[in-house]
Amino acid sequence: MTATATRIVESPLRAELAAQRIRQPAGEPWLGELKRGQTLRIVDLEGNQAADIIFYNRNDIAEHYSATDTMLHQGGIYLTTGSVLMSNDGNAMLTIVADTCGRHDTLGGACAAESNTVRYALQKKFMHSCRDNYLLALQHADVGLTKRDLVPNVNFFMNVPVTEDGDLKFDDGVSGPGKYVELRAEMDVWVLLSNCPQLNNPCNAYNPTPVEFLIWDAT
Amino acid sequence: MDSFTDIPANPPVSDPVDTPAVWKRFAPELPAEKIMFSEIVPGGGHWSYLMPRGSALRFVALEAGANLSVVLYSAREKLERYNMPDSLKAQHTAHYTRGHTLMSDMGRSLASITVDSLGWHDPLGALLDTETMRRKYGEQRFEAHRNAMHRSGKDGLLIEIGKYGLTKRDLVAPVNLFSKVSVDAEGRFAFAPDHCKAGDFVELRFDMDVLVAYSSAPHPLDPSPTYAAKKIGLAAWRCGPAPADDYNRRFRPECARAIHNADMQYL
Repeated sequence: MTATATRIVESPLRAELAAQRIRQPAGEPWLGELKRGQTLRIVDLEGNQAADIIFYNRNDIAEHYSATDTMLHQGGIYLTTGSVLMSNDGNAMLTIVADTCGRHDTLGGACAAESNTVRYALQKKFMHSCRDNYLLALQHADVGLTKRDLVPNVNFFMNVPVTEDGDLKFDDGVSGPGKYVELRAEMDVWVLLSNCPQLNNPCNAYNPTPVEFLIWDAT
Repeated sequence: MDSFTDIPANPPVSDPVDTPAVWKRFAPELPAEKIMFSEIVPGGGHWSYLMPRGSALRFVALEAGANLSVVLYSAREKLERYNMPDSLKAQHTAHYTRGHTLMSDMGRSLASITVDSLGWHDPLGALLDTETMRRKYGEQRFEAHRNAMHRSGKDGLLIEIGKYGLTKRDLVAPVNLFSKVSVDAEGRFAFAPDHCKAGDFVELRFDMDVLVAYSSAPHPLDPSPTYAAKKIGLAAWRCGPAPADDYNRRFRPECARAIHNADMQYL
């Protein structure tokens, strides 16, 4: 079992050697692929931007990232360097190999028009949301993934502590401009991202901003 | 039937429908004229029901240390299902008790917790799978043990949702009724082994027509060195839909809106 305390580890990888660099605009989705052995760095360019991501096995979409298996595997809730993202079939999907932020969330889920009506006001329902982003990306890609596959996601750069009394808090982000998290793919995966457009709470500091992806090939 | 080693004989032809009123043993305070059905779930047992809006399921731990993993889907549209993160963040909680609602991904209350003697039920969704079960407890399979075989919570729920065409893609993070898992400052889990006493109870009121599936297999963080699934009493009764002055509606504004969103399907 891995303790889940913050583990700040910088990456030895050099940006100029990355095979791909992708600027991901604020509030928009991305469906990308990683090959086994490739490394993905997600950079919080301006700070306090939640990157909501679900991973799927590229060769079997019935296998997906599982928040519950991941938490059970490491015996705790926070993700940081050394955390292994586990699938619903109990397989390692990705490993966090570097992290300059130190803590990422897997309990807070992704915002939706419907959950905004519950959390804030019924009249919020026409605002843009992560769940709309996910559905849009999946509809366009048409690779067999649908709403039923929108399982609990990872919120990179988000800080959602649980108290000993069992309360869930949305604390100020521990992220900042230029902080990053790096994941090595342990299998071929789909990466489904929503660069969170939530404006009703401080998860994006009320100002959604772009993130950047850098991808290195296996060495 | 109280356990898998105690399966009763077949009923006589003159009285062929064997539905003993077991609710009188563990929930005698419920109104007899409103009881729909009742049963005793043996440890490791699993089943599923389509529960109409305005009905309730009372669960009673018949032994200390019980666990009941529960998943919920809208009976009308099973693409709509219980969503752990949406429910937790809307109610700012990492535990469930009376007042909380179990919300779908569509912002509706599938069920409300209306009665609770425990104060803490585990929403973090851990589920015992068969591989882990065998590693932890050794193999106890049908060939040698017949119905006293070990059953995992994950396989139990997969069987139940499979009856409705749902697959492992559709198996959501469950609620573990009767179990308590707290989280320390470092984020580490701590399972509370003495949390549930014999006689503890919790009730779900269904705010929509709901497909509910359950397994009484042990919680995966249960430190017991032996497979010790506990039996649970279950009673379904007609409680009626949430009234305007409902406790859950008033518990938090988010609960009021989630139950409202469910009401909107029944205008």
